[in-house]
Amino acid sequence: MSSEHVDEISGVTTTGHEWDGIKELNNPLPRWWVTAFYITIAWALAYTIAYPAWPMLSFATKGILGFSSRNEVKNEMAAAEAGKAKYVAAIQSKTVSEIAADDALREFAVAAGGAAFKVNCVQCHGSGAQGSTDFPNLNDDDWLWSGKTEQIQQTITHGIRFAPDADTRQSEMPAFADVLKPEQVAQVSAFVASLSGPVRDKNLIEPGTRVFADNCAACHGENAKGNRDLGAPDLTDAIWLHGSGEAAIASQVRAPKNGVMPAWVDRLGETTVKELAVYVHSLGGGE
Amino acid sequence: MVETGGVIRRDLEIVVLDQAQVERLEAEAVNSAKTRQPLYAARKKIFPKRASGRFRRFKWLVMAITLGIYYLTPWLRWDRGPFAPDQAVLVDLANRRFYFFFIEIWPQEFYYVAGLLMMAGVGLFLVTSTVGRAWCGYTCPQTVWVDLFLVVERAIEGDRNARMKLDAAPWSARKLFLRMTKHAIWLVIAVATGGAWIFYFADASKLLGEVVTGTAAPVAYATIAVLTGTTYVFGGLMREQVCTYMCPWPRIQAAMLDENSLTVTYNDWRGEPRSRHAKKALAAGLPAGDCVDCNACVAVCPMGIDIRDGQQLECITCALCIDACDSVMDKLGRERGLISYATLADYNANMAMATSGGTGPVNPALVRTPSGSFAYGLAHFHLGKIFRLRTYIYLGAWSAIGLVLVYSLVTRERLELNVLHDRNPQFVTLSDGSIRNGYTVKLLNMIPEPRTIEVTLDGLDGGEMSTVGIDPPPSRSFSIAVEPDRLKTLKIFVRQPADQIRKPAQSFEFRIADKASSETAEYTATFNAPEISR
Ligand code: SF4
Ligand code: SF4
Repeated sequence: MSSEHVDEISGVTTTGHEWDGIKELNNPLPRWWVTAFYITIAWALAYTIAYPAWPMLSFATKGILGFSSRNEVKNEMAAAEAGKAKYVAAIQSKTVSEIAADDALREFAVAAGGAAFKVNCVQCHGSGAQGSTDFPNLNDDDWLWSGKTEQIQQTITHGIRFAPDADTRQSEMPAFADVLKPEQVAQVSAFVASLSGPVRDKNLIEPGTRVFADNCAACHGENAKGNRDLGAPDLTDAIWLHGSGEAAIASQVRAPKNGVMPAWVDRLGETTVKELAVYVHSLGGGE
Repeated sequence: MVETGGVIRRDLEIVVLDQAQVERLEAEAVNSAKTRQPLYAARKKIFPKRASGRFRRFKWLVMAITLGIYYLTPWLRWDRGPFAPDQAVLVDLANRRFYFFFIEIWPQEFYYVAGLLMMAGVGLFLVTSTVGRAWCGYTCPQTVWVDLFLVVERAIEGDRNARMKLDAAPWSARKLFLRMTKHAIWLVIAVATGGAWIFYFADASKLLGEVVTGTAAPVAYATIAVLTGTTYVFGGLMREQVCTYMCPWPRIQAAMLDENSLTVTYNDWRGEPRSRHAKKALAAGLPAGDCVDCNACVAVCPMGIDIRDGQQLECITCALCIDACDSVMDKLGRERGLISYATLADYNANMAMATSGGTGPVNPALVRTPSGSFAYGLAHFHLGKIFRLRTYIYLGAWSAIGLVLVYSLVTRERLELNVLHDRNPQFVTLSDGSIRNGYTVKLLNMIPEPRTIEVTLDGLDGGEMSTVGIDPPPSRSFSIAVEPDRLKTLKIFVRQPADQIRKPAQSFEFRIADKASSETAEYTATFNAPEISR
């Protein structure tokens, strides 16, 4: 600023800056404002000393308070775990049916099991546990291996046809393409389909009955109601794991699909398996 | 300086004033028009003198009432039975409930609070457009607490002159002692203020015990600390600066006032030309107004301003200058109201009269009759003036909101039902071919008493409900106990036989009823089935 210019009207010096004839008065700032301004600067400095801030070449200053957001997360997770501890302990010490009978515990187990389900089970069973062709729907009341909580727990723990686990649920439907003639396959398929719905050619039912009695009744039972000890499905109901209708049935008779479910206990631990069992049981089909 | 009465000449007639004792005070407005400082300068200290008079008395009363409400409300009890707190006013953040005497508000009923805030907003318009900044002058917490802090200051350090002397005096044991005492008492008040606040958020007596024994939640202490800080700093140290620099309301008010709003006004038309030597002026045949330039009005002003400079941003309309001037006028034997609540319209009319329509300087003789009383045609205030269309519109809007709130409060439901239809899966086919849909049903028992709620399925031929965690077999109706003042979440499965399914989406009703109070609620839900059903 070359010369001190004083504004005539206000009697205040100007900063010397001028825009289209408009000049800026050089009024002093209020003292409280300036003080507050300096305090904020001091605060900011102190803050960068207390907390991680200054970037160096290969690291950043840690701050003398030792704060880190990673630790915060760790602490929060620990606090969350601690909050759950009471329920987890109870779940560990109780059987699944005891858990399902206790309102508070069941609520907790359903929530926890639901979360575990979303991570581990939805890949096959679907996000709503509704399954799809070849993958069972866990919402319905049709169970291959029983819908009792303890039994569901057993299935999740050891899996189905899962070779590495000695206690896995074991059964296998043989391929009848080698045993039965094509017309026998058509006959038995028509008979099985007729148990739950109409068929195209009623004349096939009668011979099919005999084919069934000779070849299938051993596992599926005389009345085709299935056998849960063998994981043999009920063939009289409306639910078809590998598809409904004569064609799908015939295909399954000739070259059956035998689905595999892994054993989960090693991976998830006993507690989570229990929670999963209670969750699946709560989906509406539990027995 | 003391003036011992005087003679004032008024055109044809001479008035001899009483032997009035009017003390002349050394006081200058911090923003005096003569030496108006820019806003950006070091604060000038203000030492408000004690005022007395009707407005001061009214302010004491308002202060007692507002402070009383603030400090005592959390201690009021209200019996709500064994299942709800008995504190009359309680904001229960943990359980998300707000209790106000007989009213209990759930979070989803927050619109009541929104409604109250709207009423407060419109109410503020109403008040400001009629009686100006009455909020600022009487009820604003800043005003009330500053007033309270000034009471302490006066009690410890004395009135204006003593305080000014003390302030100018060098530090001494006495000054130190007085200052420390004052600040200590201020801090006690500040702590009590912060302390009272937290009692609105928890059971007051229990929390008091916890606070005293050091077992209360850290947030309680933090709240007390913050409010102690703000009370002490705003009420004790910053005072008028909060109103002038920090508060937006003084700026907003300018948009709400009009020429028919009341403001504290110095009536130039009878006060000017002011003179400390009215006798001499009159003897010399010059006009002399009622103002004797005693500065009493400036000395009492908590904002440190001179109302004679006209209406200004800083004036909170506390009316203490009215009291100060009225007592001066009493001593002089003149009419009160040289400083008074007046509307701009009246003021302008009277100014026009006193200045012969603005053609000359103020001549107070023009507003007086020869006998010395006010001239006919002088505008005086009466209540009708502030009631105008605008006022009625505000009043109408304000009461309309209030009525709507009261109506909805009286008729609101205390038993509610919310239903969420499962989307994934939308339906499940069961082994017998029937179709099942799942619903998350929430029963809201919004009274602090346990209830037995009957849940019924209405419509949906052949449909039956079953519930996770409840044993009874599937049925079209069941009863369930709901805890007082709680929400009960049920997972309800509804199942319909295959041969009764008519279309992919059917509507039906969930109904709930409390047999005891015959309150009911219902929800229309949808039942989904596959397109081609067997
Ligand atoms: S000018 Fe008068 S009304 Fe305004 S703040 Fe000062 S004392 Fe109060
Ligand atoms: S307006 Fe009243 S109080 Fe103020 S200086 Fe004049 S006479 Fe005194």
